[in-house]
Amino acid sequence: MKLSMPEAVWGWPPPVLDPAGPYAEDVTLLAWVLVGMALVVTAIVVAALWAAIKGPPWIKDKLGGERAVWIGGIAFPGVVLTALLIWGLTLTASLTQPITGQEMRVRVTGEMWWFRVQYLDEAGEVVIDDANELHLPVGVPVVVELRSADVIHSFWVPHLSGKKDMVPGRTNLLRIEASEAGRFGGVCAEYCGGPHALMGFIAVAHEQADWQTWLAARLARQQPDITLPQSRTTPLPAVYTDVDLPRDSALRGGADWDATQGRALFMASGCSACHRVAGTEANGLAGPDLTHIGSRLSLGAGILPNHRGTLVGWIGDSQSIKPGNRMPTYDRLSGDQLNQIAAWLEQQK
Amino acid sequence: MLGLGLLLLAACKEVPGPRYVTSGADARNGKTLIEETGCGACHEIPGIAWPRGRLGPSLAGFDDIGLIAGALPNTPENLAHFVRNAPAAKPGSTMPPMPVTDAEARDIAAYLYSLNDGGEDK
Repeated sequence: MKLSMPEAVWGWPPPVLDPAGPYAEDVTLLAWVLVGMALVVTAIVVAALWAAIKGPPWIKDKLGGERAVWIGGIAFPGVVLTALLIWGLTLTASLTQPITGQEMRVRVTGEMWWFRVQYLDEAGEVVIDDANELHLPVGVPVVVELRSADVIHSFWVPHLSGKKDMVPGRTNLLRIEASEAGRFGGVCAEYCGGPHALMGFIAVAHEQADWQTWLAARLARQQPDITLPQSRTTPLPAVYTDVDLPRDSALRGGADWDATQGRALFMASGCSACHRVAGTEANGLAGPDLTHIGSRLSLGAGILPNHRGTLVGWIGDSQSIKPGNRMPTYDRLSGDQLNQIAAWLEQQK
Repeated sequence: MLGLGLLLLAACKEVPGPRYVTSGADARNGKTLIEETGCGACHEIPGIAWPRGRLGPSLAGFDDIGLIAGALPNTPENLAHFVRNAPAAKPGSTMPPMPVTDAEARDIAAYLYSLNDGGEDK
């Protein structure tokens, strides 16, 4: 159970030097070669300086001559830098390769302070709504359409690609690919106000078979028949007045809190005004889509592991965890009510 | 004058050690587990920089606490049990069961007892 946003920033080896996909590999290789070349040149300069101060007279003569300036000052850097430039551009050509339209497409929108993730079909229609998690198949290039809903954010999964800004009013395209299955931390890499440092996500690369299973399950969950009337006909619990609900002793023996009650509370407490859960009347679009919250790896945009405890903590008082985030605290709900909502949300997979 | 003398005498007293020596439990591992599990989502815990959640009580000065969760006799076994499965240990608790093993819960208890921070919020 590893926190994945810190993993995106530190960890050993540093994620940016530990590529897990072809695009990141190119960038990392280029970085290493540039660092290596810089070290070689620095060594030559230091050696020449030492020789010019302490060396025998004939070396001093040579270093002080016009020829040394032509060779060391013009020819050497000219040849080396030109070669590096040509090699570097060739190596990284794939990064700016035009989009063919055949690639898998995912739209990722930066919001203060989380990532909206939408999977698109060939026609560009959204088929899966999700948040703070980017799933992709291994060995397939994925074009990520980067957008912003408010201010400039930046999308960065160090293991998989370079970073690219998410600019309001623009769609920036970034190609990423994973060459091995795994979980890779991602962050917003452009200061975007308040809890910017707590804005992360997790990229999950699936083997092909696993990917098909994942995709089928998500697609099925996104398009169920909407059952509206059911919860409208049952009386809603009195959310803010009945704080001391009768305590059900059965659930203390290991049984869980009542998820049905949790569903009703979710709808009645205003959660559904900002959050969507496919197949229910909850269709708010301001906050992260919660249709798959039960299977999400993290909470609060990549910052907390997802289990009952953190879920209750987040719903009840997210402001103390991620100060300034746009979800209010719900400390007007009782501990039991928070647990009931969490129990229902955990069923949304 | 007498008061000052007592104060000076009191100052000579050895700093009390942790209240419990939890044998066989690893407090350092307990801290790592606290970070990985995200206990800070609901609790302020000395030594944990973030998060410092306020939904649940602060665990600062836990070595000096009376009853666990205001209800259970203060023993390492009870604390470990509460950390792992609070609703079973104390009916009515808001704290849900935690995804840790028995041994891990004992390590977490060892860390909480090891704080010995005099109740200062650090």
